[in-house]
Amino acid sequence: MKELELGRFKVNDKYNYLIAAIAIILFPFMIRNNYVLHISIVLGIYLILGVSLNIVTGVAGELDLGHAAFFGIGAYVSSLFAQNIFNNFWIGLLSAALISLVFGFILGIPSLRIRGDYLAIVTLGFNEIVRYVLLNWQSVTNGPMGIHSIKTPSIFGYSFNTKQALFYLIYALVLVTIILMSRISKSRFGRALVGIRENEIAALSMGINTGYYKIWAFAITAAFAGVAGSLFAHYMSFISPMNFTSNESILILCMVVLGGKGSLIGSIVGVSVLLLLPEILRSVSMYRMLIYGMVLIFMMVYRPNGFWPEKRIPRKI
Amino acid sequence: MLIQQLINGLTIGSVYALVALGYTLAYGILGLINFAHGEVYMMGAFLSFALITFFKVNVFVAFIAAIVLCGLLGILIEFVAFRSIRNGARSSQLISAIGMSILLQNIAMLIWGSNTKPFAPVTEEHVIKLNQITISTMQIEIIITSFILMSLLYFLIYKTRIGIAMRATAQDSSMTSLMGINVNKIVSITFSIGSMLGGAAGILVALYYNSIVFNMGYTAGLKAFVAAVLGGIGNIPGTMIGGIILGLTESMGAVIISAKYKDAFAFIILILVLLFRPTGLFGKKEVEKV
Repeated sequence: MKELELGRFKVNDKYNYLIAAIAIILFPFMIRNNYVLHISIVLGIYLILGVSLNIVTGVAGELDLGHAAFFGIGAYVSSLFAQNIFNNFWIGLLSAALISLVFGFILGIPSLRIRGDYLAIVTLGFNEIVRYVLLNWQSVTNGPMGIHSIKTPSIFGYSFNTKQALFYLIYALVLVTIILMSRISKSRFGRALVGIRENEIAALSMGINTGYYKIWAFAITAAFAGVAGSLFAHYMSFISPMNFTSNESILILCMVVLGGKGSLIGSIVGVSVLLLLPEILRSVSMYRMLIYGMVLIFMMVYRPNGFWPEKRIPRKI
Repeated sequence: MLIQQLINGLTIGSVYALVALGYTLAYGILGLINFAHGEVYMMGAFLSFALITFFKVNVFVAFIAAIVLCGLLGILIEFVAFRSIRNGARSSQLISAIGMSILLQNIAMLIWGSNTKPFAPVTEEHVIKLNQITISTMQIEIIITSFILMSLLYFLIYKTRIGIAMRATAQDSSMTSLMGINVNKIVSITFSIGSMLGGAAGILVALYYNSIVFNMGYTAGLKAFVAAVLGGIGNIPGTMIGGIILGLTESMGAVIISAKYKDAFAFIILILVLLFRPTGLFGKKEVEKV
């Protein structure tokens, strides 16, 4: 059986990954500007968020407006664990992924009964509930003050305390995420999700256990958001509930849809454009969000499938 | 204390219901979530504020003018953000609406600044005291105004020719256009009616809390949307009841459970209701076909 192709490039092409890896290694040598490095690191974190949301929103076709909740859960779990209990970034990272995974399962359960717009608003509600818990559970989360002076990651005594080192750490994880996501969306699992998106009843009658796949899609997406959250917390060294509002979720969803739902390259393009746009427009800072809004409308009206739409080759029998 | 909260809840609930009707009308007729609707609510407050303070218009004339302007804004939103992608993917309509919301918010911020402003007080507020319950005249005015507006809407939808055309478009727009009805016009009218209700709600809230800020539409829009989904989005009487239920739950929950989680109740109730009734309390069950 021919593999489903997701995106215009063959993403499984080894050379593309090699080129990406070389570019990542060279980047900090060529760019000495701290501001640019900072933006690229944030971009990396959002790439993990966008590419993972693509599984639920793009491949499985469910609007998920609760991604920032997992981002937040990951950030808080990781910083609290790494700070107070284990004093180790890697355990923090893993526990962030695991706990986000569990919450992803929980958010996946409503998707068995609720669909479409109703599910979108449930995920948004979940995001708001998580934010209120972060705000009000003061004994643990320190409430609106947030958690500060979170330590930078370290491995075997080597501390990632420069921007260059953090850049490598984060982009290594970005690359891993992209490869995993590309593998997932082309696997049996990914094809099952595409089936569910295209027609759930038909998929069900072909013997696909739709509930199982949907819940796992939510869980995997959530786990990667947890990883991104952990990286965000340890990079920024300060987090507060303000970082994880439903507005943030909407922004991430915009990135995925604008890039082209279901296409991995599309998600990467979408995240890059929407994240860099406000930076490029900094010279007209008064109007930048105005232009941002106009770009969203303009794009959706004239290119509703996004910058880089998913291309699927019809399979001939 | 409980009766006091009941009245507070009814006040804010009827405002939620007004805003929620805008969501329901747009959803009923086009099947899309108009995320920019919260911004219309904000614009209602700001336009009347501008008319009163800068143009020194009579207060009630200003309110009516602001509501009409909101209606025009609704038509504009539909024309710019939704018309050409009416049959497009749901997610692109959502993003377009979000873009519109960001755009309107920033226009308001550029014109009126980003700080919270006091809304010009118009009527002197009297407080009626019965035992330990205090009711302000403002609350009574809000409840009465919203009930009048909602009855007008109900009359319009169920008793007039335009209402019939709107309901027909909601059921099947291509069939309706074959019957000689200008569907584009009906959609515009629906959006303007929803936006007028939203604008009116914005003015009422601005009067009630006596403060306006450029991002006031976000939370209110979100809550009103929750109210609409709670009642069954697309269903007009359901939405009205959904709004009132939401207002009551919030104010009662704040007393009975904890005021800190006041804003989270809306969403907890929403998720619980949807788990047991996936299309809201009064929503129609959709049969899915292959």
